Amino acid sequence: MCFKAKRLHRLALGPVLSLLGLTSRLAWSDDTKVNQINMPVSVTEVGASIYNLHMTIFWICVVIGVLVFGVMFYSIFAHRKSRGVTPSNFHESTTVEIAWTVVPFLILLVMAVPATTTLINVYDTTDADMDILITGYQWKWKYEYLDEAGENLTFFSNLSTSQEEIYNREAKGEHYLLEVDEPVVVPVNSKVRLLITANDVIHSWWVPELAVKRDAIPGFINETWFRAEREGIYRGQCAELCGRDHGFMPIVVNVVSQQKYTDWLSDKQAEAAEIKALMAQTFTLDDLVKRGKDVYARDCQLCHGANGEGGIGKAIAGSSIATGPVATHLDVGIYGVSGTSMQSFGKQLNDVDMAAVITYQRNAFGNNMGDMVQPLDVFNHKQGQ
Amino acid sequence: MATQQGSAVPAGHEEYYVPESSGMAISATIGLLLSIYGAASVLNDMTFGEPGAETNSWTIFICGLFWFVATLFMWFRTAIRENRAGMNSAQLKKSYVLGMFWFIFSEVMFFFVFFSVLFYVRVLVGPWLAGEGEAGAMNHLLWPGFEFDWPTMQTPQEAVGGAAGQPIANHGEFFSPHTSMAFGEVEHWWHWLPMWNTVILLSSSVTVHIAHLGLLENNRGKLNLWLGITVALASVFLALQVLEYHEAYTLYGLTLNSGIYGSTFFMLTGFHGFHVAMGMTMLLVQWLRSIRGGHFTADDHFGFEASSWYWHFVDVVWVMLFLFVYIF
Amino acid sequence: MGEHHHGPAKGLKRWIFATNHKDIGTMYLWFSFAMFLLGGAFAMIIRAELFQPGLQLVEPGFFNQMTTMHGLIMVFGAIMPSFVGLANWMIPMMIGAPDMALPRMNNLSFWILPPTFLLLASTLFMEGGAPAFGWTFYAPLSTTYAPPSVTFFIFAVHLLGLSSIMGSINIVATVWNLRAPGMTWMKMPLFVWTWFITAYLLIAVMPVLAGAVTMMLMDIHFGTSFFSAAGGGDPVLFQHVFWFFGHPEVYIIILPAFGVVSQIIPTFARKPLFGYDSMVYATASIAFLSFIVWAHHMYTVGMPIAGELFFMYATLLIAVPTGVKVFNWITTMWRGAMTFETPMLFCIGFVVLFTLGGFTGVMLSMAPSDFQYHDSYFVVAHFHYVMVAGAVFSMTGAVYYWLPKWCGRMYSEPMGKIHFWISFVGFNLAFFPQHFVGLAGMPRRIPDYASQFADFNMLSSVGAFIYGGSQILFLYNVISTIVAGKPVSDDKVWEGAEGLEWTVATPAPFHTFAVPPRVK
Ligand code: HEA
Ligand code: HEA
Ligand code: HEC
Ligand code: CUA
Ligand SMILES: [Cu+2]
Repeated sequence: MCFKAKRLHRLALGPVLSLLGLTSRLAWSDDTKVNQINMPVSVTEVGASIYNLHMTIFWICVVIGVLVFGVMFYSIFAHRKSRGVTPSNFHESTTVEIAWTVVPFLILLVMAVPATTTLINVYDTTDADMDILITGYQWKWKYEYLDEAGENLTFFSNLSTSQEEIYNREAKGEHYLLEVDEPVVVPVNSKVRLLITANDVIHSWWVPELAVKRDAIPGFINETWFRAEREGIYRGQCAELCGRDHGFMPIVVNVVSQQKYTDWLSDKQAEAAEIKALMAQTFTLDDLVKRGKDVYARDCQLCHGANGEGGIGKAIAGSSIATGPVATHLDVGIYGVSGTSMQSFGKQLNDVDMAAVITYQRNAFGNNMGDMVQPLDVFNHKQGQ
Repeated sequence: MATQQGSAVPAGHEEYYVPESSGMAISATIGLLLSIYGAASVLNDMTFGEPGAETNSWTIFICGLFWFVATLFMWFRTAIRENRAGMNSAQLKKSYVLGMFWFIFSEVMFFFVFFSVLFYVRVLVGPWLAGEGEAGAMNHLLWPGFEFDWPTMQTPQEAVGGAAGQPIANHGEFFSPHTSMAFGEVEHWWHWLPMWNTVILLSSSVTVHIAHLGLLENNRGKLNLWLGITVALASVFLALQVLEYHEAYTLYGLTLNSGIYGSTFFMLTGFHGFHVAMGMTMLLVQWLRSIRGGHFTADDHFGFEASSWYWHFVDVVWVMLFLFVYIF
Repeated sequence: MGEHHHGPAKGLKRWIFATNHKDIGTMYLWFSFAMFLLGGAFAMIIRAELFQPGLQLVEPGFFNQMTTMHGLIMVFGAIMPSFVGLANWMIPMMIGAPDMALPRMNNLSFWILPPTFLLLASTLFMEGGAPAFGWTFYAPLSTTYAPPSVTFFIFAVHLLGLSSIMGSINIVATVWNLRAPGMTWMKMPLFVWTWFITAYLLIAVMPVLAGAVTMMLMDIHFGTSFFSAAGGGDPVLFQHVFWFFGHPEVYIIILPAFGVVSQIIPTFARKPLFGYDSMVYATASIAFLSFIVWAHHMYTVGMPIAGELFFMYATLLIAVPTGVKVFNWITTMWRGAMTFETPMLFCIGFVVLFTLGGFTGVMLSMAPSDFQYHDSYFVVAHFHYVMVAGAVFSMTGAVYYWLPKWCGRMYSEPMGKIHFWISFVGFNLAFFPQHFVGLAGMPRRIPDYASQFADFNMLSSVGAFIYGGSQILFLYNVISTIVAGKPVSDDKVWEGAEGLEWTVATPAPFHTFAVPPRVK
């Protein structure tokens, strides 16, 4: 009830806002983003100049529109037959025709100047403080913090909104569809160069408040950059049709202080080191199943169902693969099934997680195989291929 | 057939021939539709009847194609008969001329695409992949070791060690040729087929012109002889082209799978070859019309003229091909 | 040699075997309207799904099929054939020709379309579903990652191209060759001019589209690597080829609409068209420029900066000749004696809304700002302003304008006016809010969106339903006119109408201008 009333209220407000607020600079807090009618004001310098360009062109068009439509509506009002006017017969005037060719041309010339300078700025990717390699996957993003020493930090970033919310079985959260499990973290006031590419089809990395949109093209790398001048969480989405879940691959960028960034980085590195240590370890069945359960929920459940009953993917419960030879099962998990949405997870999951999830699938949903896969097995399997 | 009965027709504008309603278009549509439906089904391995068996859609395709070709045959036969019965006004003839001219123009645009593709990949894409200019990161992160030259004797995929090593998923496998079609790669100059093909095609443009002169001089023998020679040259060209493809596949390892070099090579020469075959068929029909039916007069021979324009067009395309596919 | 009959054949044969330009025109018009309803129905599914956040009606995969089929069917099935139908009906009558230059080919151009669209629509029922990669079908989503039905789609596009090329050759030959004595180039009605130039655009770019889909076919089935970097190709190459076709395509859609508006406004302003010569030159300039701006659809693909700048400047230039047209229309109204029958209302609606769409076009053409607009609903708003309020409005106006001449009966004026106003309000309600959500960050081609966009999307859906519903009124008005409209006695129909088409009897007889008229 209350929700409905609020909606109606907002609906009424929309048009009014549109009259008053096109230049509204109030788009800061998450709350005012609702029914926002203009481009968000960016937190980068380039973004600000894009915003200004946008508004300049907008106002020029408004002025031209007012003039042109003004004349037209005056004519519609004054030169109508019902007012008893007789039509005149003129149909040429070289002077005005030249004028209305030249004047728009000059206006366009004026428009082109700020556009050119802004564009040159956008293209200047030199002197970056850090590089992030972004790879679009159907339908998630991979981020790789390029490190001179070759110790790249790598992780995937998935939509974290639940299927329950999407299918209206649960109330939608505040950041419905714009939330991920692992955000990108960057320090404030640093020039971040983005190297953008894709694994499968074309995607596009778009964060409005950072004023960055650049296509991710398989086999090619596009460069762009941003320098966020304000800490905060900035959200965006994939902006190139990339298949079924194109609408479900959001981007979240966490801009934090230099200190927090360094902390985050060392946490992540510690995590990576830990995984590395785990790789060499031998686990018990219980440990693997426990870990695998989480991995399954995060990466497989969407397609294979919470109880392994299948959905987009085939059922795992009773599957001949999950109850067949380990090697085949590993093959499917690591390399996927080409031509289906069962993609290759070999590069997305580390060997520990892969071992765990395969073990889990073999020992859950009534598949009581009792066998297990160790990280080292996964490693060896990959080498063998 | 109905012609308009009018009076007082102004000079230069004759009565206009409005054909009676005709079933040919709908027949052509049926043929076209069957053949594309069949072709698409063949390509998708679709089977009618028992699932899983080898595709039987060929039948649909071939029936459709046959139907379409038969309709075209009837269509042109009708048009020719109408003309020979004197039903075509000068104005209608001019419409045919305009139609053919702009049809050839649309064909020019079709080849324009493939030539543009060739230039785009040679001038821009290749160097980018090899890391030229701003694209340094591209090369060392994605395709380390790839160096670009044309013809590309190593695809980016091969440079990184094949499909398994490439950074992107599922895009097929590409094997470069060991020998390209360029001059100098092939052992002996006299074994370089494109040169012979150029000689043949250029001279066929001359022979068809001589045939035209014969027609204008009312010299039927000259027309028949030189037109016949043209058709013969065309078929030799096609035979050599087939031979070349055979050598490409068996000797040089140049296939459709040979990355962008193979792709552009076969696309350009293949479509050209297809157009040669069409042009040859057109000329052959005119030749048969001339020797069997005694068609054409010095001032009314649009069928011949249209075919010869088409032939010259095909020839010009070859010259471009020769320059940009084989030589440079 | 049969009897010298001039009337139409009876029954189905009349239509299937038709060579008469009016019959073929009629078939084109009905066919395109049917496609408009089909494409519109798909749009209704899109808007219904977007009515609220969350997935309620359709699955994401099916949503993408709807978007794709909506775009394809509207562009290739509704708009283009509708203007070809209009060309068939009007060009011979406007230039004093007895028929189109190549009547049998004309029949073929038409009859290819219905089965082709049947084939295209049937992909919805195929395994793996219909094409789901957008009407722009970017590789590799449309090649390596496409459903098997893409092969049918490719061949369907080949046939559409064939039909368009034949249709255009016909128009070119008709205009070159069949003008009545005295109908010099610079006396041709503007509708004929705009179509003449459009026909050239079609002949030039349909083969390019054919080339694009042929390369797709090769990549999918024969192992080539045009659009794959692994073999030395480039996915962006596809986009260049597509937009080299695609941008002229949008002017193919709008130029005949410009022609229609240039016919209707003078009639109801009772004043000759202002600046006829400059209209012709402007049309030609737009056509020329349309070949050198294609990459403004690709600002975000990472072109070198020189390319970005070139395409940005070239795109800006198009505003000049288009502006000339708008100014000419308005000056034609100036000091006329205007009345506002339905065709005029639709044309005024056209001028206002098309210009708004043109303004957003100019905003989009700014490369740096386009980094923000691209692939957002701002673009969707832009192109519906120019295509729906542009092409569809002018087409609707054209039907009201010439319907009395075609069938000899007058439509219901009050109903026509109601249709206009509902359309106008519904249209703006549907598409104006899309500017807002687009700027605020809503990408296009998504079945579900963040909660912040909910209200405007609801508004937009309501508007779309209103606009869609108003088309039923239109259909009803047209049918009831044909069946039972008030007969028109005056050959001229409209007080201010000028031109050869108004000199023939009403309704226009089966054969007109068997003997060419003389134009003074
Ligand atoms: C009928 C079709 C039509 C028409 C006529 C236009 C007209 C124009 N379009 Fe539009 N456009 C489309 C259909 C059309 N467009 C479609 C379908 C798409 C999306 C395709 C897709 O991705 O699916 C698109 C997308 C599109 C883009 C890409 C956006 C993106 O994807 O990021 C751009 C960018 O430059 C653009 C620009 C323009 C411009 C500059 C014009 C100009 O021609 C407009 C000129 C008109 C005016 C400017 C108004 C009148 C002029 C005056 C009153 C004079 C004075 C004015 C000034 C000096 C400013 N269009
Ligand atoms: C000239 C072409 C044209 C026309 C006329 C239209 C007409 C309409 N279009 Fe569309 N549109 C495109 C061309 C066109 N469109 C293109 C090219 C795209 C891009 C596709 C892509 O991204 O690949 C697109 C995309 C597009 C989108 C974005 C989809 C997405 O990004 O996911 C939307 C969303 O609102 C939309 C809506 C509409 C609506 C509501 C209409 C309305 O005007 C339709 C009105 C007509 C009817 C409704 C039919 C008549 C009435 C009935 C059948 C009776 C039933 C009626 C009711 C139940 C109310 N269109
Ligand atoms: C985006 C969808 C998707 C995701 C996510 C997904 N799968 Fe799959 N999976 C599929 C599909 C589709 C198939 C069926 C492939 C086929 O047709 O053979 C499949 C099949 C399988 C099979 C073979 C089942 C059988 O009986 O043939 C296994 C094992 C499997 N997946 C494991 C996994 C694991 C492990 C994960 C997570 C790490 C995972 N899948 C995540 C879509 C998915
Ligand atoms: Cu990824 Cu859209
Ligand atoms: Cu464009």
